[in-house]
Amino acid sequence: MYQTTYHRASSVDEAAALFAKGSEAKFLAGGHTLLPVMKQRLASPSDVIDIGKIKDLIGVQLSGDTLVIKAATTYYDIMTNADVQKAIPAISYLTSVLGDPAVRHRGTIGGSIANNDPAADFPAALISLGATVKTNKRAITADDFFKGLFTTALEDGEIITEVAFPVPEKAGYAKMRHPASRFALTGVFVTKTKGGDVRVAATGASQSGVMRVPAIEAALKSNWSASAIDGVTVSASGLLSDIHGSSDYRANLVKVMAQRAVQAAG
Amino acid sequence: MGMEGIGASVVRKEDKRFITGKGRYVDDIKLLGMTYAHFIRSPHAHAKVKSIDSSAAEAMPGVVAVLTGRQIVDDKVGNLICGWAVTSKDGSPMRMGAWPAMAPETVRFVGQAVAVVIAESKNLARDAAEAVVVEYEELPAVADMPSALKPGAPQLHPEAPGNVVYDWHIGDEAAVNAAFSKAANVVSLELTNNRLAPNAMEPRAAIADYDAAEEHFTLYTTSQNPHVARLVLSAFYNIAPEHKLRVIAPDVGGGFGSKIFIYPEEMVALWASKKVGRPVKWTGDRTEAFLTDAHGRDHISKAEMAFDADNKILGLRVKTHANFGAYMSLFSSSVPTYLYATLLSGQYNIPAIYAEVMGVYTNTTPVDAYRGAGRPEASYLLERLVETAARQLKVDPAELRRKNFITQFPHQTPVIMAYDTGDFNASLDAAMKAIDYAGFPARKAAAKAQGKLRGIGLSCYIEACGIAPSKAVGSLGAGVGLWESAEIRVNPVGTIEVLTGSHSHGQGHETTFCQLIAERLGVPISQVSIVHGDTDKVQFGMGTYGSRSAAVGLTAILKAMEKVEAKAKKIAAHALEASEGDIIIENGEFKVTGTDKSIALPMVALAAYTAHNLPDGMEPGLKESAFYDPTNFTFPAGTYICELEVDQATGKTSFVNFVAADDFGRLINPMIVEGQVHGGLVQGIGQALLEHAVYDSNGQPVTASFMDYAMPRADDVPSFKLSHTTTLCPGNPLGVKGCGEAGAIGASAAVINAITDAIGNNKLEMPATPDRVWHAIHGNA
Repeated sequence: MYQTTYHRASSVDEAAALFAKGSEAKFLAGGHTLLPVMKQRLASPSDVIDIGKIKDLIGVQLSGDTLVIKAATTYYDIMTNADVQKAIPAISYLTSVLGDPAVRHRGTIGGSIANNDPAADFPAALISLGATVKTNKRAITADDFFKGLFTTALEDGEIITEVAFPVPEKAGYAKMRHPASRFALTGVFVTKTKGGDVRVAATGASQSGVMRVPAIEAALKSNWSASAIDGVTVSASGLLSDIHGSSDYRANLVKVMAQRAVQAAG
Repeated sequence: MGMEGIGASVVRKEDKRFITGKGRYVDDIKLLGMTYAHFIRSPHAHAKVKSIDSSAAEAMPGVVAVLTGRQIVDDKVGNLICGWAVTSKDGSPMRMGAWPAMAPETVRFVGQAVAVVIAESKNLARDAAEAVVVEYEELPAVADMPSALKPGAPQLHPEAPGNVVYDWHIGDEAAVNAAFSKAANVVSLELTNNRLAPNAMEPRAAIADYDAAEEHFTLYTTSQNPHVARLVLSAFYNIAPEHKLRVIAPDVGGGFGSKIFIYPEEMVALWASKKVGRPVKWTGDRTEAFLTDAHGRDHISKAEMAFDADNKILGLRVKTHANFGAYMSLFSSSVPTYLYATLLSGQYNIPAIYAEVMGVYTNTTPVDAYRGAGRPEASYLLERLVETAARQLKVDPAELRRKNFITQFPHQTPVIMAYDTGDFNASLDAAMKAIDYAGFPARKAAAKAQGKLRGIGLSCYIEACGIAPSKAVGSLGAGVGLWESAEIRVNPVGTIEVLTGSHSHGQGHETTFCQLIAERLGVPISQVSIVHGDTDKVQFGMGTYGSRSAAVGLTAILKAMEKVEAKAKKIAAHALEASEGDIIIENGEFKVTGTDKSIALPMVALAAYTAHNLPDGMEPGLKESAFYDPTNFTFPAGTYICELEVDQATGKTSFVNFVAADDFGRLINPMIVEGQVHGGLVQGIGQALLEHAVYDSNGQPVTASFMDYAMPRADDVPSFKLSHTTTLCPGNPLGVKGCGEAGAIGASAAVINAITDAIGNNKLEMPATPDRVWHAIHGNA
């Protein structure tokens, strides 16, 4: 690791101000992405601004049909939160299969989506549920937020403050774990909104990061059941291929995980 | 058996320090004035080193020196050696290219060191390393054996035309041809044995400390065999004569074979410490471990088995290509030959065997012994072949095995090994009973009704352990003898130190070796300590690998113990005014049999050292040593049966049950044996389902971190059901056979046989990832 200057911000405004002052500053929340690359000397931020202890960024609120999860809330706190379990149990489940206990106690929802790893779990949940990402500057719909591999709509220095999820009628998540990294080899999140819309998002599958699966959405819209997907063919074109999963295998997983997610959603 | 004697599951003495963080590993050691080494490693699989410009780095803060491959060659530090000479079919010696500790002109695998920075801290060394400019000229690379053997393929070493190190064979080709010509059925199988990265928990590390006044080196290193390290460093690498080199292997966090070998980093640390006049420390990180620790396995084989009309095996023909990587590591040549092909008879009576093994260079990390070393490859090949035969001949796989089991001992196989004892039916029976083999068809049908594919797979393994009779291995080309030595020091007040040439890096010797003393003398193990891992303390030793520490190392301790007891009895008899033949040892006391006269061990020891009243002519003191050279290998064997289910939709495998019935001879500490079997089984299952060291076609490693290299985790493996069927080894007085490698040797075939049974497609390679299994289910593997 190269030398860096560590700051612990006590407010979002202070974090933004510290960021502006640094020549090449980085925000730190759970540290699961930033610290490993710093240790490998692949990142050399001048300043590391820890936003993980900012009180305004931690917590969960359920008001009406909206579940708000603040950006620096850890996976463990999300997993065990009663409002999450009540409003969108699929999110609670997703966090329970995300990483391992050590990861879940440190990693945060904001860190996950800001990094937008193509195999991360949360981007699929945000896209499928039609969430809105709120930052210290604006609100961005999930559809507009994720821009491909490790790329988001966030501007330099912009800080995610919370994610607002519309409470769905039904939602479910299923994933096949990557045997080595335990990320999603492929994970699929399915949602039936209260308005009757169906949104299906897959992570770990596409070369362009989290993606919607229109063919499965159409099938589920006419018949919300696992068997409705039986006849759907998912194309392997544009899907990731590596030693743990070829593109045709991942295409199969998109379908199978969607079916299991529907079963989990009930 | 006493409470702490042989056969007692005594809690491990060493665990208190390990689980409280008090272990002392190489990286925990800090010497005054110590500097830190960071290696500059090739990013290319094959390249010429055109130039190295270290001027900017040398001017950086805290930099002590930047040393290059050219300098180490100029200083006449020896090239790395391969210590086992294997002769090709045509009588020619093996063809090896030179392996300098750092490459002066050509790099042949990603991670090979070209230079080293020595600095005041690890970070400063790393900083400076980034300022060293190495200019490479890339050369075409070959990463796999079929490519390396093609005409016109890039050549690694001029000494090895066609990238072939040797083309070796064993057995009687004519007899095998005759067997096949009269066969009623022939079964054949092509298969690969996947390359593995060993991944000991503790990465390799070394501290070299040169004392200019004494012209003496001390090397602290992560070694399984510090005396062998000293021998090789002295005899071949021109580092220092033996009496000027002390090698210390303190607590070592796992080896699995990978810490047997002498690596370039230790040699460079020693050489550099003399050059800079200060201690030099190097601690590898996990990436360096993936790139430079000797890998394991990596075979491609074709096997054929001939059967008569009664399904008796008539002959076996095997052709194997073994990948050695870019250089010949210390014992690499022996692994796919004398540790592999000699086990191809398995548990079966096979009248004729012929095996050909071609050793091949590729632009990959060198390959050498890894837990099991050759024997897992043999067992996997044979057990998949026999299972395939059972399916093809439409007979029960257990019955086909049983029909061909060796039942008379000793048994001379056609491939050197002479099995001394065993009861293969007993272990097969025990495993079948444990898993309810008879009930499997009903369970399979029930699973099918649930939409699950259920399979069962057997593996009846045998291994040659207790390595090894020196005369025998010498006749086969080994450069060393494989005996073991021990010394027993009974201190004046009766506590005991056992000095052993075995080295514990997870095996629990500090407990099991004490149990032998407790058994013999009836003293508590708290009065005994085990001294190992330091060439200044222990006179000599060959170290720990090949499941040899109980069969060879502990037997050496027993031999020394017998001498101690004989002398102590003489002293006791003299003190008790009794006949030496009437003295028995019980509960730490020397008693005159049939009387109430006795003298406690501390009083005998004290008498030995005060020497006030010893028998006439007796030397004072109570200390004896022994060397023990085994007369044969030992032959642990057993049956593993795996029952599992495959999810058709995803290809994911879930274990239902896994049973192991092993014959390890006498068990010293059943709890420790259980731990060894668990660890071995997990490594075997890891090879079967998860682990694979992969290179792309340019020789770039694809799996150089745990993000890509899948290590088994607790939830990847089942809860094992273990049992033991014991035949005592006649080759050593303790009757022990060894247990360290069995799990890794036997498990993988059981798993793959179970999966192929479940999915009804035998074309499946390890690791059987969900992707591969799914493709195999859908018929397009």
